[in-house]
Amino acid sequence: MKELLLGKLDKNALPHEWFTIGGSVTFILMFLAVVAFITYKKRWRWLWDEWLTSVDPKKIGIMYFIVGGFMLLRGALDAVMIWLQQSLSAGSSHGYLSADHFQQIFTAHGNIMVFFVAMAFIFGLINYIVPLQIGARDLASPFLNTLGFWLFVAGVVMVNMFFFLGGEYAATGWLAVAPLSGTQFSPGVGVDYWLWSLQISGIGTTLGAINFIVTILKMRAPGMSLKKMPLFTWGSLCSMVMAVTVFPLLTATLFLLFLDRHFGSHFFTTDLGGNAMMYTNLVWMWGHPEVYILMLPAFGVYSEIVSTFTRKKIASYASNVIGMIGVSAFALLVWLHHFFTMGSGADINAFFGLMTMVIAVPTTMLFINWLVTMYRSKILFKTPMLWFLGFVGTFSFGGMTGVILAMPPADFQLHNSLFLVAHFHTMTIGGVLFGALAGISYWFPKMTGLRLNERIGRYAYWCWVSGFALAFVPLYILGLMGATRRLDHYESSTGWQPFFIVALLGGILIMVAIVLQVVQVIATIIQRKQLAVSGDPWNGRTLEWSTAPVPPAYNFAVIPEVTGSDAYWDIKQQASKKVVYEDILMPRNTASGIYISAFAFLTGFAFVWHINWLAIVSIIGIIAVIVSRNFDENTEYVLSAKEVEKIETERNKEFASKQHDIKKYEDADMGLIEFIRVVLNWALKTVRLKK
Amino acid sequence: MARKHKSNKSSNTIGLVFLGILGLALLIALLLQGNNVALLNPKGQIASNQYNLLRNSTLIMLILAIPVLSTMFYFAWRYREDNPKAVHDTGKTHSKKLFVFLWTIPFIFLVILGNGMLRANYDLDPKKPIDSTKQTITIQVVALQWKWLFIYPEQGIASLNLAEFPVDTPIKFELTADEAPMNSFWIPNLGGQIYAMTGHSTTLNLMANSLGDFPGSAAEINGEGFSRMNFTARSVTDSQFSQWVNEAKANGQVLNWDAYEELIKPSENNETSLYSSVEANLYAKVLIKYMNVEGH
Repeated sequence: MKELLLGKLDKNALPHEWFTIGGSVTFILMFLAVVAFITYKKRWRWLWDEWLTSVDPKKIGIMYFIVGGFMLLRGALDAVMIWLQQSLSAGSSHGYLSADHFQQIFTAHGNIMVFFVAMAFIFGLINYIVPLQIGARDLASPFLNTLGFWLFVAGVVMVNMFFFLGGEYAATGWLAVAPLSGTQFSPGVGVDYWLWSLQISGIGTTLGAINFIVTILKMRAPGMSLKKMPLFTWGSLCSMVMAVTVFPLLTATLFLLFLDRHFGSHFFTTDLGGNAMMYTNLVWMWGHPEVYILMLPAFGVYSEIVSTFTRKKIASYASNVIGMIGVSAFALLVWLHHFFTMGSGADINAFFGLMTMVIAVPTTMLFINWLVTMYRSKILFKTPMLWFLGFVGTFSFGGMTGVILAMPPADFQLHNSLFLVAHFHTMTIGGVLFGALAGISYWFPKMTGLRLNERIGRYAYWCWVSGFALAFVPLYILGLMGATRRLDHYESSTGWQPFFIVALLGGILIMVAIVLQVVQVIATIIQRKQLAVSGDPWNGRTLEWSTAPVPPAYNFAVIPEVTGSDAYWDIKQQASKKVVYEDILMPRNTASGIYISAFAFLTGFAFVWHINWLAIVSIIGIIAVIVSRNFDENTEYVLSAKEVEKIETERNKEFASKQHDIKKYEDADMGLIEFIRVVLNWALKTVRLKK
Repeated sequence: MARKHKSNKSSNTIGLVFLGILGLALLIALLLQGNNVALLNPKGQIASNQYNLLRNSTLIMLILAIPVLSTMFYFAWRYREDNPKAVHDTGKTHSKKLFVFLWTIPFIFLVILGNGMLRANYDLDPKKPIDSTKQTITIQVVALQWKWLFIYPEQGIASLNLAEFPVDTPIKFELTADEAPMNSFWIPNLGGQIYAMTGHSTTLNLMANSLGDFPGSAAEINGEGFSRMNFTARSVTDSQFSQWVNEAKANGQVLNWDAYEELIKPSENNETSLYSSVEANLYAKVLIKYMNVEGH
């Protein structure tokens, strides 16, 4: 009876180790604090109506950033824990973590950073910026977008669920290679949590990608042919096309693994004809393109930043676009370079090695293209441009190590070593994360109407860059010394310990950088009066800058006409036209996405614990919500021309007073000492008032 | 005055960056003292060739990377908005020639590097036997949880967590796994990895060029005992090798099927041990175990 009701759940699943107790208590406290704050401020209605059920891609974008930022802290904490263990655990000392716990941490670190940080930031940027850049009022399917976001959130909850119930996460590495991830070697619920977390958020990604492809292809402003599309939108389009191509592959692979684990089938097992090599192939056929799904929008961000801050058209727009398309096409043909060492033979290795090296051609071309753009330009040096230069340094280093790893004979020696780990961190941090941070600092004025505090932003930047060097240069060396990745212990005779300690210091410096970025945002909010800017603070070139800061729900009161690839630049050169407002059809907010995701979460949870009745009920729930949503005819409303005019007039009045020149208030930015002073003053005042 | 102040600030930053890079380089040089940087210090023929490929391709790439990067950073500094000495021409549009230029340069490097890669790829194919006047010795490797079993079919002995072989002699490792997830077999000083998988036999040819003990490891995550699944690759003289074989024959344990069944149970931190005799065709039996559709 108990088994029928609760499946495999029992008392042992409750937290009883220090890390699960610590983790669950922390999460519960944070949750309670948020609940208390919102209740105190009486903001529940507002939160639900304005944000959680919103179908506005701009708000969904912001929510992606918030979840992603939170997960970045969680993932970075994992990283520091990993390095701490590795710094301590040499020779007779075994550190503070068991091997199993250590392996769970690096698995969680990888999953969180790729799926719930990098993807979150990239999807956040795409959500906010792409519709604005193409002059669209909305997405092709606003509902699908909110559904994708909430499925992502369900994945986030699932990946942290083991703290509360089960007490173990997968200890298999971030891709859970078979047959290690089968029940033979991983009988616990850890791999199931891993599986459902990725499965649910992966389906969200597929849906989101379909939506953005349709939006970009069908909803561009009149005159914006594909050849005039902004480069960030191009990068996003390439990325989303790749996502649609490969994410179903992940879904199918995970489904097969699920069948293996839940129903005892033999797709990837060692016995009865199972083929674990098939799993490795399938998962990397998704896994390699995945990194380019993250990288291409980042290439777009850098191109936008270079063009805006050098005040020049990108040197060769056509090359840039062809380069990005080339990268995405070839990225689908290189997955085998993740396992040259499987023994496929020289011919197969030669093909995949060569294909991988070919990718370096468009990438190098992009670099030279940016270089030529900078020639004789007039560079405005703000943090986005700094991030770009940081990216140039790290990414080209990472690219060179990547070409080395693409050569099978060299890869035989470097595969699974810390050299490899350092390489892909150089690419994902130096490329993707710097790109996301550059993009956020670049578009922050658009999203909030405030420009970010420059001074603290620079501190954060330098901590990031030097922390990065300190953390990952030792890892390259360790790899050359023969250190494999994922070691929870090593002999002291290896001489590796000092390098792990240096890496730990680098990790701590990166933590400081992340904290500084939080400080930067808070300091910006404190100085919101001084830092308020117009809709176009950087003298931008693409359409998003033509809108007001924090654009209205409908983005454009009047859909712009596009004549060139730098649409807004062209518009700025022309005389302004008389504005005629029109009725706008707007999508209504919906909670269906939340309900479907909640049921999807429960489905996953039920399968993790083998609670069959709950799985059946939840699947019926998903179907019921989808059906009822389809019968809902009241999903849109009309905003009349009059209302639009009213909103626009008010907004214009409000923003007429705002700064147009980013340089003027430069010295007003508070520094760290000033920040601490202000925060202390505020705290003292609050305490006094209470008394 | 304000302008001067600014440019001082930017050159300060540049100075600090250089100082940081220099400091890090010095620190690393210091920490490297007296350590075995296996990949830059190869002790075997394959590892030497792999190292050469690594070094040569890095140097070739630097030929492109150094000028591109230094020009990039120079331009970033030179064309900063408040530099009165720089020519700012933001309206400039670019020609078709630029398109060709942009694509040709990386393409030339691809041809050079790809050429080197392809040659090395076939030369250093792990399956390819190593040319030598000496006879190749075959060692069959079974990755277990969490230890390495080395079977010497020609000598009729076996060893656990120790692979001993004569120097300057081609060694052909044949690898599989039993009751274990995928493993990767790696001796950084001698040459690169190959996977050991249940039901499959992979091949890795290596040859040590100098005497000594070289650390070997399991490089692919394989469960709790992963970090402790190490072995020693010992390169010795011919006479030392035959002495070792004789010692194993005289003092080793017996590795029949029953002893093997006992051995494959998961265990960590196993001591090195020697086996005087091995179950006939053990390696083949391990492989066939996984081809049996009835299960095992």
